[in-house]
Formats: sequence, structure tokens, C-alpha cells
Amino acid sequence: MSSNHKHSGSNGNVCSSYNQKQAKESLHGRASVWKWRKTLVLLWLVVVLFVFIWVLNDGKLGRNVETPLISQYNTQDVLENCNVSMEKIASFACCSGSGYGMPPSSNIICGLKMLGSENQIFHRQCELVTGERCPSIEGANANYPGLPSSDEMSASFIPNTTSSSISSLHSFCKEQNKLQMRELRSHATDHCNKGIYIRFAEICFWILIGMAISYNLCRLYDKRRSQKHKMIHQQPLLQQPQLQQQAQSSSRSTGKWRKKLLVVFVVGGDQFNVSMNHVHALAILVSTFHHGKQPSAIDQKTFEDYTERTAFERPLTSGVAYALRVRHSEREHIEKQYGWTIKKMDIDDQTLAQECNPENFSTSPVQDEYAPVIFSQKTVSHIVSIDMMSGKEDRENILRARASGKGVLTSPFKLLKSNHLGVVLTFAVYNTNLPPDAMPDERINATVGYLGASYDVPSLVEKLLHQLASKQTIIVNVYDTTSEVSPIKMFKQKPPPPLQAISAFVGVLVITLLLGHIFHAAIKQIAKVEHDYREMMELKHRAEAADVAKSQFLATVSHEIRTPMNGVLGNFRLTLNFLQVVMEVGCMLEMLMDTNLDACQLDYAQTAHDSGKDLISLINKVLDQAKIESGRLELEAVPFDPRAVLDKVLSIFSGKSHEKGIEFTHDKGHIFVSVHLADEVKSPLDVKDEVLRQSLNVVEDDLNASFNTLSGFRVVNRWKSWENFKNLGGTAEDSGNKIKLLVTVEDTGTGIPPEAQGRIFTPFMQADSSTSRKYGGTGIGLSISKRLVDLMGGEIGFESELNTGSTFSFTVPVTKAEANTSDKMWQPCDTAVSVLFQGLRALVIDGKRIRAEVTRYHLQRLGISVDITSSMESACSYLSYNGKTSVLESEQFAMVLIDQEDWDKDTCFPFHNLIKMMRRDTFRVKSGLKIFVLATCVTSTDRNKLKLDDLVDDLITKPLKLSALISTLQEATGKRLETSNKPSTLRTLLKGKQILVVDDNMVNRRVAEGALKKYGAVVTCVEGGKYAVELLKPPHKFDACFMDLRMPEMDGIEATRQIRSLEKTYNERIRSGETSFGMNGTLSDWHTPILAMTADVMQATNEACVKSGMDDYVSKPFGEGQLYSAVARFFEMG
Amino acid sequence: MKRALCPVCSGSIDEQFLQLQQLQDESSPNFVSEVVNIYFHESEKLLRNLREDCLVVVDKEFSDYKKMGIHLNQFMGSSSSIGAQRVRNVCVAFRAASEQNNRAGCLRALELLEYEYCYLKNKLHELFQIEQQRILAAGVRYPQQPNNP
Repeated sequence: MSSNHKHSGSNGNVCSSYNQKQAKESLHGRASVWKWRKTLVLLWLVVVLFVFIWVLNDGKLGRNVETPLISQYNTQDVLENCNVSMEKIASFACCSGSGYGMPPSSNIICGLKMLGSENQIFHRQCELVTGERCPSIEGANANYPGLPSSDEMSASFIPNTTSSSISSLHSFCKEQNKLQMRELRSHATDHCNKGIYIRFAEICFWILIGMAISYNLCRLYDKRRSQKHKMIHQQPLLQQPQLQQQAQSSSRSTGKWRKKLLVVFVVGGDQFNVSMNHVHALAILVSTFHHGKQPSAIDQKTFEDYTERTAFERPLTSGVAYALRVRHSEREHIEKQYGWTIKKMDIDDQTLAQECNPENFSTSPVQDEYAPVIFSQKTVSHIVSIDMMSGKEDRENILRARASGKGVLTSPFKLLKSNHLGVVLTFAVYNTNLPPDAMPDERINATVGYLGASYDVPSLVEKLLHQLASKQTIIVNVYDTTSEVSPIKMFKQKPPPPLQAISAFVGVLVITLLLGHIFHAAIKQIAKVEHDYREMMELKHRAEAADVAKSQFLATVSHEIRTPMNGVLGNFRLTLNFLQVVMEVGCMLEMLMDTNLDACQLDYAQTAHDSGKDLISLINKVLDQAKIESGRLELEAVPFDPRAVLDKVLSIFSGKSHEKGIEFTHDKGHIFVSVHLADEVKSPLDVKDEVLRQSLNVVEDDLNASFNTLSGFRVVNRWKSWENFKNLGGTAEDSGNKIKLLVTVEDTGTGIPPEAQGRIFTPFMQADSSTSRKYGGTGIGLSISKRLVDLMGGEIGFESELNTGSTFSFTVPVTKAEANTSDKMWQPCDTAVSVLFQGLRALVIDGKRIRAEVTRYHLQRLGISVDITSSMESACSYLSYNGKTSVLESEQFAMVLIDQEDWDKDTCFPFHNLIKMMRRDTFRVKSGLKIFVLATCVTSTDRNKLKLDDLVDDLITKPLKLSALISTLQEATGKRLETSNKPSTLRTLLKGKQILVVDDNMVNRRVAEGALKKYGAVVTCVEGGKYAVELLKPPHKFDACFMDLRMPEMDGIEATRQIRSLEKTYNERIRSGETSFGMNGTLSDWHTPILAMTADVMQATNEACVKSGMDDYVSKPFGEGQLYSAVARFFEMG
Repeated sequence: MKRALCPVCSGSIDEQFLQLQQLQDESSPNFVSEVVNIYFHESEKLLRNLREDCLVVVDKEFSDYKKMGIHLNQFMGSSSSIGAQRVRNVCVAFRAASEQNNRAGCLRALELLEYEYCYLKNKLHELFQIEQQRILAAGVRYPQQPNNP
């Protein structure tokens, strides 16, 4: 469509001056058209058909336009031509649309049609009829001499297009018409070549639309304009090009395309042509009778009379006048002859002067040429003596008329005196009869005057209206080219909605809405950004706070670690020193490991050691947190014994918990750690474990308002803590070797406030910042726990109530360890101890069932079977009953464990009496019945007091710890484990023995010597194999020999071989009786045990040793146990 | 009871040294220092030998690695006896180098060995000083505890 736009643009570019001409020409052409009107009607049908075809092909053709079939140059010209014609017709249509009147003698033909096509057909028609008569557009001048050849035409056309002279305008128009005809003949009339038609049609269609819009706009425009413009609008015919221009400019300025109903009135312009012809005739009359006769046959009066009488011939003219051509040299003569001076039309006055008096006009200034009016019709007599050359329109008209020899119309302007809008038709009057093909110069020279006729537009309208009023036949052909959706309204069209205003309003509205939306969005965005910013700031602050907390934590931790570490290490060292001194004393007494070290002391030492280790592990924990956080912690599967682990934990924390006093006291609460299989808690209904069952129904004791818990305080429901676990019981596939442990840690105390429960697993976030001040702690433990549990594939959860306490639970899937590995993990004393206490019976007296269960559990670990009673009274009866019934030792109670709470003065005495009695009775029991009190924290004075009372045998401090329990029980029952018999055996084995150490290395020699000497051996050292052989030549005093294998000169193997051979010969000699004396005379076979000392214990070496006659070997940095096992073989036998 | 492993030489000495310390009792109160002195003496001799061996190897362009191996074995044995872990490890590397006739490796190992030896020597000296102080401190308490079995 681009070319369309372009062409419509070029339409606008066409010079308006010749638009007018062409408009006039087409109108003139109309005059002669009436003869072939019938043909035209036929052709209009063709046009309609064409439009139909065009509509069908609309979409497709639009694209074809860009590839014109004819050359660019020609196309443009043709298009311009077409546009020009379009405008003509459009203007005609407009004037017809607004002007209703028609001359009485002619019919009105109104057609709604496509203008471009009409134009085209018009030309085609021209071509068709051109053989006999060319449709004369210009009247006499429009006669075509025949169709010239195309080449000629284009050749003559090109210079014409460049020429812009006034005189050439008519010929130019003619040429264009010719060219168009040529084009039509060569292309358009060619039916095979439809592209041109299509293009024409399309271009014209767009122009048509443009014009329709212009028309509508013009109407809109006019409404807003003044009365004057209304009048202009009503003027038919000749002013229309101007309006057209206006409209077009407005259409261009608005740039909008609107399809509108287009009604075209085609008015037969016969009357105009008739009057024009008469004016022409008048010109010839003047030429003949005024200039041809001498003296003139015409004067003013004659002219006046004649024109008056022939006025009917010129139905549309308001008046005619004749102006003489006067050169400046003739001016005076003429002025003298007529008795007036040549006056000038004053343009400024013209519009104002209502009374147009010749006297008002000023005298014309000096000019080359004048055209004063000498004759005039009576209606326009006021213009006599006025120089027509002085008026702008008139002057142009005159110049054009005399150059062309044709009738020339001015553009509409305000006429003198009447001040009506009108046009002036001018014909030149020549003194000679010029040939039709005379040159413009010849014509100008031959000019003697000008005959002008004025067409007064209002009067024209009046006449037309008059004509309409009379009974005339009006034929209206209406063609609808618009779309069906918009109905056609003819004549009395409702004013179209003020689309511009509406569109402007809508546009403004839309813009306002858009702006509003933009503002709204912007404000929202700003608010959102601000909100986000605040959020980010908050997060930032939190992050910063966490960072600060972290660094504070690290600082605190490092400080807190270092301080107690120093203390612990220092204390530990002191303790160790102390113990060392004790040991040294023991050594002095030759009872090193048999030293009866206080079990408690050892325990303390062990605890101190463990604490040190724990501290180290705390540091490691911190590192672990960092490690976990960076995701680099790796898990290692290690066999472990949960009981041992718990014992260890307990021993580490017992000191701390004692300090805090949170164990089992009535006013402090407790911490209770229990481990179950996850399967156990699957269904609460059938729980076998007593602890779990007890915790299910925590019954409040009415008497002293305590609960059935370890401390008597209320605890949260532990079942809730694992409520949220997703896969509590192990699934079927991993039930084989894998089990799931459920660990619960129950405590009493402040609990966790609900608002903090969501973030307790976050590192460094304690429930309350005051908590750490109150209770210490770093807030890292739980996060580590969670991460570790997650890492192990378990789940962690908790249940907490404010001021009640909390219970944490986690599950860990673990693999069942091999039986032997798990055995190894058991504490070595465990098996031994369990033998010690195996089969004993114990009675636990505890009001709290759950606590009794815990005690029972610990005792059961030692192999003690436990009965439980809830009070002293029941215990008494129980005991007495048991004492009477049971005869077997195993059935009788070996010990009674009483909780501190149930131990009071009132009940203890009768109980004690019973015990005493029982002791007396049951003398069969070796150790007798022992009574222990389970206490939480007892000062040493309390302990001593209890012991002195002789009511109880000992106190057992809670929490129950296996090692502590064992030691206490051992002490009380007098059973003692022979834990250190091995070293003593070694000592007894080696004491006083003569041992030879053979080693080339002095250091090794010395070390071996020291080691053996320690166990009482008498050591002799030699540094080579040779010496060894010499020394070990029987008979000798040595009981054993330790031989290094690698020695220079003679290595251990060689030396042994020699020694063995020596022994062999010696033994043979004994047997033969040669020498019957020796160190061990009774010994029939002399065989000194030789033990290899070797750094590398390899099988090959081992074999070599045995082959050479060695008895055994010890790896070189030898330890006690190894030495013992090696030595025992020989010395025990002996 | 185990004696505390002295932190000053935790790197270069292992448990064997503790065992050595355990061997020290009233019958041989200076057992450890005696052993260590012997060790120093021996080691210096061995180091000298090793240095010579290395020089011989470098100069004569033919291997006398056997001798070197014997010396190294001795050094290794004594080192492991007193628990000089790091020195022993260097010795192992040295021996490996000598078995491969790797002259450069030998020289490097020798250098390293000398360094480790010096380090050990310093550490042990420090240790002995601490031990002496400790014994003094223990000696103060000594009379107070005779009744305690």
C-alpha cells in the first residue's frame, strides 16, 4: 500500500492552479458530453462491474500494486493525471451535492459512483469516440486532431510537464489527456492486461476514501465556521476546487481515513456551456463590430442594449463587460476619448466598499498595459473605466485568455459592488481572425480587448433553485460503494458524530487512564520496593545479629574453653602427679598395680580425664558445626554400645549436674535419658517397656502433689515429641539388619516458650537471650544435634511446655553390629562384674515407679534380678515373707536399695530391726543383706552420719552409673575383682631370673634391660652374637635369652643355631654321662629359651626364627602384656 | 597410671616413650635419661657414619649401600626403641632410597634425618627439664603420702 500513499501524497502535491483549470475543463467537457450520455450510462454499468471485481480481489491486489506494469515515470504521470481528474470530479460532486439547482432545460443525473473509474472510463470513452469527434473539454480548443502515435505523444509530453508557463497549461492538460488515452489504449483497453485497471481502481479507491473523509471533515469544519463559509459551501460549481483544497489539506492534517457514504451528483452543465458559448460569440461580435468597423458600430449604449436583450442566452451570468487593451502610450488618448481616467481596483477597499462607486477608485498608476472597461452590461455598469489588469484574478485571467485564445475562468473571488462570490469568464478579442494553431505570441499581439462575463454564485444558486421549483424531471442514480454496515443516508444526512472530538476525547481519556495506570503502578512499585527494602533491611539486621552472635559465640567459646581447659589440665596434672606418687609408693612396696587405690579416686581421675577429653570434643564440636555448615562432615560407622555411651555421658556430666543439683531432687527436677527401639513406640496400646508405659499415664500423687517421674515434677508427654516423625517404625526392607533407635531426653524446667519453638534448631538462636545468661549455653547444641540427626537419616522433634519442661526425641537408624565386635566394645569389667553379681537378688524400694524401673534397669545390667516395692512397709512384709519362704541362697535378697525419699526416720528403724533380725536368721547368706540408700547429692558428713548409724551399708549417688554402682557394691559386698593379676604374675615369673639380652644396639639393649629389670629379672647384656654363643655355652646361669635378629658379624639366627648345636652336644654328653653336673642337674634336657626381638614381625622372619631354633619372638618395642605372654610359656612350666 | 604425654614433643615421640618412662623406677631412677643419652650418643655416631657413607657414595660413584643399610637399621631400631617416631619414618624413607640406589634421595633423606634428629634432641631436652621440675614437685609431696597405700 505504500505506493498508494505515495500517490495520494502526490495528489496533494498537484498544483492547485491547474486543479482549478482542470475542474473547469471537466465541467466544460460536461457540456458536450450530453450527446453521448447514453453511452456513458452503459459505461457506468461497466464501472460498477469493475468495482465489483475490484472488491473481490481487494486483498490480493493490494500487494500487487508495488510492481507496476508500466514504467515508473509514466505511472506517476498517469496517476497524477488520474488524481487531477479525480479532484475535478470530486469537486463537481461536491458542488452538485450542495447545489440542488439545475438549469431548466437539462436533466439532473446523480450518480453514486467510483470517481476514478469514471474518470478512466471517461477517457476511454474519449478514445472510443475520438475517431469521429473528440469530446471537447475546452469547447473549441478541445478538438483533438486525431490520436497521435504514442511515441510522439510521450516525446511532446515530457517537455510539457516541465513547463510551468500559464500559456502551456491548457495544452499540458490536453497532453495529459492524450497521454492518458495513449496509456489507456496501450494498456488499459487491453483486456488481457488487467493490472492497470486494478491499480487504477485501487489508487482511485484510496483517493476516494480520502475525499470522502475530506468531504465529511469539510462539513464538520464548516459547521464550526462562520456564516461566510456556509455561504461558500452553498456556492455550487466553481469555488469547489478551493474547498476541495481546504478539505484535502484538512484531511492531510488529520491524516485519517474514513469510509463514508459518498453521494455524487452529476449535474449537466449545459447552461454554463451555453452561456459560455454566447460570451464567446459576444467577443467575436465586439471584434467584428467594434474593431472591424471604422468608426465603431458599437458604443456603450449599443452594447448595453444588446447584452440586455441577449441576457437569456447567458443564463448563469450576472453581467458582461468589454475591456479595451490599452498600452501606456495610448492611455492619454483613450482617457481623452472616453472622458474618464483609468482607475485601479483597490483590493483593500474592494472588500469593504459596499457602495461601489467609480469615483471611489483611485487612478491607476503607471503601467505597461491597461485594460479599462469601456462597455458593460447595465448590471455591471459600475466597473466602467476600471482597469481590469489591476485586479489580481482578472489580470491572470486576461493574460491566460489572450495567450490561449480560449475562455478562461478565474478562481472564485468577491465581485465588485455586490461583494458576492463569483467567477469571471474572460475571452480575448483579437483584431484578426487567427488560425486555431496560432502561437501564443501571435495571439497576444493580436489582442485588442477582453470580454468578461461574471458569474455570480448566489444568483446562480437562486436560478438553480428556481429551476428546481419548476416541474423538472430529476433522475437520481444512487450507487452504494460503502459497506453494508453503515446505512446510507441521503440528502438530509444527520450530522455525523463529532468523531474528531470523540476520538480526541477518547484519546485523552485513554491517555489519562494510561497515565493514571502508570502512576498507580509506579506508586505500587515504589511501595513494593520500599516494603522489600524494609524486609531486606530486617533480614540484614537479623543476619548481622546472627553474625554478631556467631562471633560473640566464638569469642566466648574460645575463652570459655581455654579457661576451664587450663584449670582442668592443671588439676588433672596435679591429680595425676598425686596418683603417680601413690603409685610410686606402691612400687616401693612392690605392689604397683595391686595398690588398693581408692575406687573413687580412680573414678575421679577417670572423670577428670574424660572431662578433658570432653572439652576437646567441645572444641571439635564447634569445628563440627562449621564442618556441618559447610557440608563436609562425613559419617563413619563405628560399633558402639549405647549403654557404655550413656554411662560415659553420665560420668562426664554428673559433676556438672551435681553442681546444678538437677538430678532427682525434689525441688530441682531431673533429666532423663532413655533409649528405645523405635518399633516399641509404634502403638501406644501394647508397650512392653515399663518406662514407656509409665510415662503414658503420668498419675499425680494426691498426697504430696508429685508426679510419677524421676523427680516428681510434671513433665510433658513424651509421646508427643515423636508424634510428627514421618517414618517412626522402620520399614519392612530395612528391618533385617537395621534397627531404629529412639532416644528421648526428658527434662523439667523452664521449657521453651511457644514463640521460640520454631527457631530453636537455628544455630546461635537461643530461645531467649536471657537464657544464656541464666543457664549458660551457647545455642549451638541443638542445631548440631539436628544436623547430625539429619545427616544420619533420622528425625528430631520435641515437645515443650512453658514452666514444665521439654522432651526431645530423635530417631537414628543403626546397623546391628556383629556380636563379637559389640562384645569388644563392652567394658572389660562388665563381663567380669556380671559374673560377680550374677544371680543375686535385690529389692528396690521406691515410691516412684518409673524411678524404680530405672534402678532396676541398672541392676539388671549387673545380672542382679530385681523386685520392686513402693513403700517401706510393703518392703518389710515382702522381706520377711521372702526370708521365711526362700531356702535357697539365690532366692534370698542380697541387697535392698532404698530411695532417699522413702528413707525417713520413722520407717527406717522398724525396717532396720527387721533387717537385723533377718541378718541373724539368714546367716547362711555369706555377705548378708546389704542396705543401700539411693541419694542424689549427699555431703560427706551426711554420708558418714548414715554410715555411722550403721543403718545402711553405703550410699549410692544418683544418677546411677555402672562404674560407681560396681565399686560401691564391691566395697559393700567385699567382692573384689582381680583386675591386676597379670603384671603381678609377670613380676613373680621374672623375679630373680637370669636373662641375657643380645643386641648390638646399645639403646635397645638398655631399654630391654630396663624393661626386664623392672619385673625383677637379673639382666646381662651383650652386644653381639659371638658373645651370646660364648655365654650361652652350657652349662650357664641364664634362664632365658632375648636375641636381636639383626646384628653385625653374627646375627641372631646364626647365633641361635650355634647355641642350639652347643646345647645339643652338651645334652648328648649328659646323656652319655660324660658330664652329669651342671646348674640344673636334674634337667635332662638343656634348652635355653631364646626369644627373638624383632622390629618387623613378618611371617617369613617368624618362620626363620623358629627354624633356627628360637622359641618365640617379641616385637621390639615390647609391651608388658606381650612380654608376659611370651615369658609365661617358659617360666610357668618351669 | 599413664604419665601425661608431654605436649612439647607430641609430634616426634609416640607411646613407646611412655613405656620407656614406665620402666623408670626407684631401682633405676634415671633410666629414661640414661637411655636417651645412649641414644644420642649412638645416633650421633650413626649419623656420622651415614654422612660418610653418603659421601662415599657420591664420590666413588659406586654403591656402598649395604653398609648404609646396616647403619640405617641400627638407627631405626634405636629410634623405635625410644619412640622417636619421626626419625624412624625418615629412616624408613632413607632405607628405601638407598635400596633403590637413589643418591639424591639419600642426600635429601640424610638432610631431613639430621634435621629431625636435632629437633628431637631439643624436644627431649625440654622434656627432661620439665620432668625434673615435676620430680621436684613430686618430691615435695613425697613425704606426705607414705601412709596412703
